[in-house]
Amino acid sequence: MSNGIGVLSFPGSNGDTDALHALTDGVGAPARVIDHRETDLSGMAAVVLPGGFSYGDHLRCGAIARFAPVMAPLRAFAARGGPVLGICNGFQILAEAHLLPGALLPNQTLRFHCFWTHVRFDGLPTAWTGALAAGEVLRLPVAHGEGAYFADDETLDRLESTGRIVARYCDPSGAVAAAANPNGSARGIAAVANEAGNVVGIMPHPERASDPLIGGADGLRLLQSALDFVHAAV
Amino acid sequence: MAIAEGAWREVALSDDEFRRIVTLLGRDPSPVELGMFGAMWSEHCGYKHSRPWLRLLPTDAPWVLEGPGENAGAVDIGDGLAAVFKVESHNHPSAVEPYQGAATGVGGIVRDIFTMGARPVALLDALRFGPLDEPRNRYLFENVVGGIGGYGNCLGIPTVGGEVYFDPSFNGNPLVNAMCVGVARHGDLMRAKASGPGNDLVLIGADTGRDGLHGATFASVDDPKASHRGVIQVGNPFLEKLLLEACLELLRGDDIVAMQDLGAAGLTSSVVECASRGGVGAEIDVALVPRRETGMTAYEVMLSESQERMLLVVRPEGLAGVRAIVERYGLHASAIGRVTGDGLVRVRDGVEVVAEVPAMLFTDACPTYQPEAREDPGIVRRRTAPLDDIPDLTDGDAGRRVLLDLLGSPNGCSRRAIWERYDHTIMTGTVVAPGAGDAAVLRLRGSARGVAIAIDCNSRYCSLDPELGARHAVAEAARNVSCVGGRPLAVTNCLNFGNPQRPARAFQLREAVRGLAAACRGLDLPVVSGNVSLYNETAASAVMPTPTVGVVGVLDDATRHATMVWRSGDEILLVGGDRPSLGASEYLARIHGRTEGSPPALDLDREAGVQRVVRDAIAAAALRTAHDCAEGGLAVALAELALASGVGATIDGEPPAGATNRLDERWFGETPSRILAAGDASAIAGLAERCRAEGIAAFRLGSARGDRMAINGLGEWDLDELRAVHERGLAPLEGVNGQPGVVP
Repeated sequence: MSNGIGVLSFPGSNGDTDALHALTDGVGAPARVIDHRETDLSGMAAVVLPGGFSYGDHLRCGAIARFAPVMAPLRAFAARGGPVLGICNGFQILAEAHLLPGALLPNQTLRFHCFWTHVRFDGLPTAWTGALAAGEVLRLPVAHGEGAYFADDETLDRLESTGRIVARYCDPSGAVAAAANPNGSARGIAAVANEAGNVVGIMPHPERASDPLIGGADGLRLLQSALDFVHAAV
Repeated sequence: MAIAEGAWREVALSDDEFRRIVTLLGRDPSPVELGMFGAMWSEHCGYKHSRPWLRLLPTDAPWVLEGPGENAGAVDIGDGLAAVFKVESHNHPSAVEPYQGAATGVGGIVRDIFTMGARPVALLDALRFGPLDEPRNRYLFENVVGGIGGYGNCLGIPTVGGEVYFDPSFNGNPLVNAMCVGVARHGDLMRAKASGPGNDLVLIGADTGRDGLHGATFASVDDPKASHRGVIQVGNPFLEKLLLEACLELLRGDDIVAMQDLGAAGLTSSVVECASRGGVGAEIDVALVPRRETGMTAYEVMLSESQERMLLVVRPEGLAGVRAIVERYGLHASAIGRVTGDGLVRVRDGVEVVAEVPAMLFTDACPTYQPEAREDPGIVRRRTAPLDDIPDLTDGDAGRRVLLDLLGSPNGCSRRAIWERYDHTIMTGTVVAPGAGDAAVLRLRGSARGVAIAIDCNSRYCSLDPELGARHAVAEAARNVSCVGGRPLAVTNCLNFGNPQRPARAFQLREAVRGLAAACRGLDLPVVSGNVSLYNETAASAVMPTPTVGVVGVLDDATRHATMVWRSGDEILLVGGDRPSLGASEYLARIHGRTEGSPPALDLDREAGVQRVVRDAIAAAALRTAHDCAEGGLAVALAELALASGVGATIDGEPPAGATNRLDERWFGETPSRILAAGDASAIAGLAERCRAEGIAAFRLGSARGDRMAINGLGEWDLDELRAVHERGLAPLEGVNGQPGVVP
């Protein structure tokens, strides 16, 4: 019996409520917030690590959260093939925890940026992008100070050749161009997946693009995968 | 222990004030008591020079749930919800340590809102700096913006609006005003009134250190740079986030009687305020206050302004439960004393009583002054200076060049470089985002309604005529709210002035308060909260008087709002408007280097009518595009619409000219109560008809189309050319990094 989608909440997470509402109100998936001290994720259909400033971003974004009690069951959940989505700080935590390759460095401008971007999804299908057409362009907002994706060339080549670059920043027409890269990410990378494709990290915020009234609903295209997980788990 | 001769001056008390304390107590104060009096009787806490005039402000209306006197004001916004809001200054700390000064300004105003039991949902900031070609001003600006973003972004509260202006009068005296809006259910509103002798006083949040000692006093004297950096508080937004969530959870239970944050004057102020508001006493033991430094004296503990702390009044039977909740957030709760019935504030350090004073002596007995107020004759001269020697725009290209210059000037250019550094999409409630409309619009979860918020003040108008300028500030902030479809409900204000002991500054303060009062009465807007910041003055100069006005309004249906975006084919209508004039205008200051003339006249009835007709059309879903005409006049407002829309315009209509039919006056002159509206032909015909029926002037100006803007008789521009100058205006900031850093 599935408990629906779990949204992890670390001290300093501030996107947990937004993610919860996007999942419940936006796509109609059952979801609940899971405290960072919980030690059991069995029974969850999927897990989302939301944005925010876990532990105040002290030391390094995500560096402390990776030691939270909930991370051990998260590793087990991911190892079993459970769908995991890390958004913004959630992506940073997954990278720090080595559940995803690479690291998120300070933006090239050394400043925090908040604006809407376009991202093109053209990697191999992952747990979270199955509903998207190859090359589909979504309009999603970014809001981060440390979002420049970095990995060594060998890793980047491997990600590229295995289709694990899930999304890249692009212009509205879908062209990946330096001018569309908001933060200096290597090869314009906005989202990556692990080898099995069940763990995805993304810097832009799908949960904030969850209603035309607040600027767009493209993010629901991504989050609606949650419904499939819930149905599959029942 | 006897007080050394003159020791009171170190805490900024005058000889007379010290004698008054001795008389009231019937003895010399102890050193701790003297420090507490110094803080509580400071301008910052005691409002010594403003209180008599603040009584002029209207504060009542049927929709007011909480007026001035609490941590923030609250108004009914329908559906059982309340908007809780306040604006506050952090000018003096920001002048010395801009990143932390601005950050803790945000932290303080956010605490004021959640102390009331409301969840903070929006931040706005009103900023003033000297010109950016000065390195020191660039440093201040860059770090103030960095500090506001650094704190608000981490808390996860969207910064959705604000304003910034540059003028040499702010050299050395930057203004940093932060406004926060929260939302609560009516029944969840909390007050900071201690009651029930025997209840516990519980301190939660950060440990207490020596930071910020004398902060309140320091904000109440000239020349902050003469003071030392140690008075500046250092913010920890992570801790504040934990405190915010812990407090909101605590307030859902029944064990909390009152809550008071520790801001200016720290523990002293929060204990005194809690006791005096509730008409009770309080006894605390500073030995029970957790410290982050060793060897702190009772005096230091009482006067520390360490951030992110909260004082709770807790029913004794609830203490264990409160402690459990607080600890779940990784914080600790320390019972440091209790409410008493004797009306005394008693401070012990272990067994020793170090202060024992009736609470009322710190508050109600604080002296007030009505200093001599006299207008500076130099300002009278400038206000009445003849402007007929200003050459009109004659040669073919002059009008073109003026618009490009105004749009690219520091006061006229895009603020994108600022608001893109603030998270404005968090909480998924931002319906009208920064740059998209005249005010921010937020939707409310669980309700169809929306909240509209604007903050405004034309400091130049206020410098030339503080009474009229303050009226304009209220009218314009309300107009901005109406332009997005909000019904303005109430005002919060932050009075930023120079040294009130100088007659010319006292005059500005008195007249500005009179102007605020007149406009608030005229537009039916009660003032529900506010803050006063005086002594924004160095030896060289005082700030332009700046009564910052925040207005909160409500939309019955958040989907029915207006933005600055017009569509190709839309017709453009100017609603309202008297003859524009050049006095006190941005055009005169920027193009001709003259801060002269009288601000334009303001008719509050006409203002209310113009706002109503536009607001009603938006609420009826008949209008989606509206924009106020403010600094830079009609030409600048049209260009702003075109740039926000990415669609040009052909303007062939003739709006009213000024008194002398000058080209510059017609297009760059300023006058209030004007709103540009755009929509399809039938919508605009309907709006024009409504205007006619209500006796409001309306002029068809032209239509939106293409990628050029052409204004009949003034010039033509490519949108790209306008955009290039508009977006480049804050370019001096490129390459400056907004982190705490090197001081130029």
